[in-house]
Amino acid sequence: MNSFTTNIQLVYVLGAACFVLGLHLMNSPATARRGNQVSTAGMVIAVIATLVLLIHEGSVTATGWTVLIIGALLGSVVGLYSARTVQMTAMPQLVSMFNAVGGGAAALVAVYGYLHDESAPGGVLGSTTVFTVLDVIIGSVTFTGSLIAAGKLQGVITGQPVIFKGGRLLNVALAVIAVAAAAFMLTTASLPALLIVVLASLAFGVMMVLPIGGADMPVVISLLNAFTGTAVAMAGFVIGNWALIVAGALVGASGGILTKLMADAMNRSLSNIIVGGFGTGDSAVVAAVAGDAQVRSIAADDAAIQLAYASKVIIVPGYGLAAAQAQHGVAELAAILESHGIEVSYAIHPVAGRMPGHMNVLLAEANVPYPQLREMEEVNPEFARTDVALVIGANDVTNPAARRPGSAISGMPILDVDQAKSIIVVKRSMGTGYAGIDNELYANPKTSMYFADAKRAVAELTAAVKTLVG
Amino acid sequence: MSTALVTDLTIFVLALLVGIEVIGKVPATLHTPLMSAANSIHGIVLAGALLIGLTAHNFVGYVLAFVAAFFAAANVVGGYVVTGRMLKMFRRKAQPEAVEGRKQ
Repeated sequence: MNSFTTNIQLVYVLGAACFVLGLHLMNSPATARRGNQVSTAGMVIAVIATLVLLIHEGSVTATGWTVLIIGALLGSVVGLYSARTVQMTAMPQLVSMFNAVGGGAAALVAVYGYLHDESAPGGVLGSTTVFTVLDVIIGSVTFTGSLIAAGKLQGVITGQPVIFKGGRLLNVALAVIAVAAAAFMLTTASLPALLIVVLASLAFGVMMVLPIGGADMPVVISLLNAFTGTAVAMAGFVIGNWALIVAGALVGASGGILTKLMADAMNRSLSNIIVGGFGTGDSAVVAAVAGDAQVRSIAADDAAIQLAYASKVIIVPGYGLAAAQAQHGVAELAAILESHGIEVSYAIHPVAGRMPGHMNVLLAEANVPYPQLREMEEVNPEFARTDVALVIGANDVTNPAARRPGSAISGMPILDVDQAKSIIVVKRSMGTGYAGIDNELYANPKTSMYFADAKRAVAELTAAVKTLVG
Repeated sequence: MSTALVTDLTIFVLALLVGIEVIGKVPATLHTPLMSAANSIHGIVLAGALLIGLTAHNFVGYVLAFVAAFFAAANVVGGYVVTGRMLKMFRRKAQPEAVEGRKQ
């Protein structure tokens, strides 16, 4: 390592420090924007250092520069356009697409490194091969897996689990092929073997995500995020670049933590989700009401009276609210109640929405101040002194059955909505949530059901409350 | 095992631990922006994509460099812009006009 490349490595360390600092500043909404700016600065520093290195080495051909510049410019335009135009409800798809391209780029870096070293005198080093195959496998699986996940979230591919006979056997076969070809590469440098690893991994990525239902996507996206980070770190090992190693490790850690949080909050083990089965997707399955369950339905006026004469209201939003695009309406209703002196907050379950923390972003977009967005552990003790809990489009996360053993959701952390003095549930039908079980909350004598689409319900409630508090 | 490899592995493990420590403190409210921020950080693979240019002197090399640069640039630019866009929406208070409405 000559002194010039040493200096470049030092600049990379500076960039990496910015990434850590940037992530650290994300521990509060008040400093998070600064965190993003610090992280951006780190990225700019790292990219400039790389360009300086390229210029200094002087071995990039004119075609090479043209290809890199045009590629990067086109990529920037696509990235900028999608980031500017994306709807907040479509964030999970976009994040998934970024996982795909990040993983894909990491795999390509390793593939190129292998191509280059293989033709070089001395061939490919053994340790480099290990990281190359790891990068290629993880990067390729992430690439296709994330594309499928994005397709499912966008509705281009069905959100239902796609399961066919022999699917699992095919998965095992693909994994065996990829690992066997990779093992072969450790003994003999072989381009065809690398090609087999790439193709088998790409196919495995498709086959891994297809059988997973739309409702499990928060976990899948977190997992693929961790994969992308790992792939990038492996690419860093291949080309001996600290910036990639540190950044990849940070992302791998964040993806890993979020994956575990999501899996815990859904009461599912990771293997259970990946093996697939019961994450059925978005559409509410219309199920018959259990024979002994008596539910009370309520009209807009009566619900509005309860809200208008409450002193403390907690709104429990679920994906149904986002799907109906009712978050702006809810924010308006909350603002009216607040102006009438009623304390309003939002209880947000970790898996509300389609990715970790998604509901918070949707409500922030609807201009809800973040101090009103309360996390589950923090808000649960407050339900007991809440006059009205207004549940909109949330189901399983409010089911008291989770507290007892013997149901599909036993042990899942839930919002203690049933502790509130009265409960209003806005729901399209008595259909079950994705766990496919009846919600005992609905049969609670304190509960009134308001059967309507979330958007219409919120509009009607707002109108009725307005006439009361005028 | 070479010294360089041991150094790389040390950096990797320490970065992983730092990541776990730092990210464990991020509140659930910010998990979506966090994931998006992490997404932009793995856009550092752009540096790796650019470095392909050092030795790419044939058609295959150029194609790989082009696609990798395209992917990585989309990742890094899109990631930072969308994270910034999201974080801008997190406010302590509602918009000024809405605040006035609440003080009635």
